[in-house]
Amino acid sequence: MMAAAATASGDRTALIMFLVFVAGTLVITYFSARKSVGASAYFAAGRRITGWQNGLAVAGDYMSAASFLGIAGMIAFNGYDGFMYSVGFLVAYLTVLFVVAEPLRNAGKYTMADVLAYRLKPRPVRAAAALSTLTVSVFYMIAQMVGAGTLVRQLIPGVSYEVAVIGVGILMVVYVVFGGMLATTWVQIIKAILLMSGSVFLSILVLGKFDFDLGKFFSSLTAIPSTGANGEVITRNFLTPGLLFKNPWDQISLGMALVFGTAGLPHILIRFYTVPDAKTARASVVWAMIIIGLFYIMTTFFGFGAASLLGPDYLKEHGGTNMAAPQLAYELGGEIFFAFISAVAFATILAVVAGLTISASTSFAHDFYTNVLHHGKEHRPGEEVKVARITAFVVGAAAIVIAILLGPSVNVAFLVGLAFAVAASANLPVIVFSIFWKRFTTTGAVSGLLVGLLSSIALILVSPDFMKDAWFPLKNPAIISIPLGFLGAFLGTFLSREPSAEKLFAELKVRGNTGLGAEKASSH
Amino acid sequence: MMSPDRNARDLTPETAAPTDIAPLGRPAEKPAHERTGEEDAALADWEVIEADPDFIGLLKSKAAFVAPATAFFVVYYFALPIGVGWYPELMETRVWGAVNVAYLFAFSQFIMAWILAGLYVAVAAGWDRRAAAVIAKFQGQGGDQ
Repeated sequence: MMAAAATASGDRTALIMFLVFVAGTLVITYFSARKSVGASAYFAAGRRITGWQNGLAVAGDYMSAASFLGIAGMIAFNGYDGFMYSVGFLVAYLTVLFVVAEPLRNAGKYTMADVLAYRLKPRPVRAAAALSTLTVSVFYMIAQMVGAGTLVRQLIPGVSYEVAVIGVGILMVVYVVFGGMLATTWVQIIKAILLMSGSVFLSILVLGKFDFDLGKFFSSLTAIPSTGANGEVITRNFLTPGLLFKNPWDQISLGMALVFGTAGLPHILIRFYTVPDAKTARASVVWAMIIIGLFYIMTTFFGFGAASLLGPDYLKEHGGTNMAAPQLAYELGGEIFFAFISAVAFATILAVVAGLTISASTSFAHDFYTNVLHHGKEHRPGEEVKVARITAFVVGAAAIVIAILLGPSVNVAFLVGLAFAVAASANLPVIVFSIFWKRFTTTGAVSGLLVGLLSSIALILVSPDFMKDAWFPLKNPAIISIPLGFLGAFLGTFLSREPSAEKLFAELKVRGNTGLGAEKASSH
Repeated sequence: MMSPDRNARDLTPETAAPTDIAPLGRPAEKPAHERTGEEDAALADWEVIEADPDFIGLLKSKAAFVAPATAFFVVYYFALPIGVGWYPELMETRVWGAVNVAYLFAFSQFIMAWILAGLYVAVAAGWDRRAAAVIAKFQGQGGDQ
């Protein structure tokens, strides 16, 4: 096999093609974003977005580097257990559809802070919500930085992973801070289309290697050789569960993080405010589920295909776990396809990072700095924007440092799984209680957010991947930290009383279920 | 809403910020999504609507679908990790060529999710009509709508 040539020999063709593709994507997205959004606010423009367009945008937001680079690598190295990520990422949308999408859309709220501040005391809940949004965003960004770092290291010979991460990180932060926001709806739509086309093409090429015979394809997975820890060659059936998760509780905990975490992700929740009514909100979830579902089914072909056609040993030598999909593209489609897939992955990372940085920094600047520290008043005009920019730098720097400490061999899907665990533990309990529980109080919201946030982070830090002789045996903390988040929210509520919040429950219930008042709000 | 010259001085990056920045300290209205329940209390007679039989019927009809559907997908989904974790022999049984029960069960989760989502959309169309009826009934009452 000769894929190594793309990276080791100093051949610049792939790099040049990559830059051309990235530049092309940026130009296309820049013009389409400008044309369709113009000077008017994103959300107002979003109200004209149709169901399938919003569905594509949701899919674009969701299919980050983790889905493409991460899951492909997970499956290529661990077989069936990696595919569990694909399943969890899709089923999660049922939680979004059944529990949160419509009440949030109908009530006219688009961030968790908005929902909480509606009935509860705005200052403390906005502060706690900002903290949790910031944390989830940093976790999500670390994964994207690791992905971008490995990609660039592979494309530019002689650049170390550390330099690649710092370079890419600075580029992204500068771009977000000074260049403004690119991750608008249209950017995500175009990105989703490119990613889907790339995946379809890659899957077809894989199946072509097996004469388009599914039976032959699956048979090839029953004996994948790889080198064990002591240098011995082991042959494993990649369709057998348990190659990665020796402990069944690991699977359950990961499943909980994925299925309950999506409904707590800030950049997904916001998408349901961009459509004109509840019907379109529903339609967009369904469109997103169709696209995302097809994409995750295709991970079967390019994930298992990388295992079968290239093998774990080869991939370990050539970029590691996060480079399975691009390496497969090189093997099957040559340099140009490799460059295309890398460019799509990179554009994906860029768009997701831009969205996350903006969401983290504005929520901190607005919800925490201005609302909490300055009692809702800007001391000087533009102060809030300045704080948002500084926050963006700090968040970016934190993600860069952690990404370097973790190194290139950490799978990005695994890292995003941790972000989902934090979102599920901190955000989901308070969102659910504030929509469905009349007696819910400010104390309950703050304690639920903090308990979920701190317990999930603490358990991650003492888990096997971050600590030798780990105190906590599972790779993902969700199975413990989600119940703790609920418990924190419950106990905080139980120990306090807030008649004003109870009084407003009728209003939230009526609005959340009928949409009364939301249309009026939209004319704003 | 805001006049252009006001906008010119307002440096708020208004595009795509998930928390959109309220024009704090600036002479403009709070964006709708940031208004609290108290600020919108005059919009309608919320308690009256809450007690309305049509509204209660709507809630019951929603719960009658959402509660069992949620219970079903949670059970069906977690049956997969439980199955592969504790019943490996069953899950590794080959069904078609090399394809085993575990893979087919995982694949069926996609179909399950799509079917439930489709059912939800079909059922929810009825809720939209009932919600519209409730709104029509109370339109113009209590508030400035």
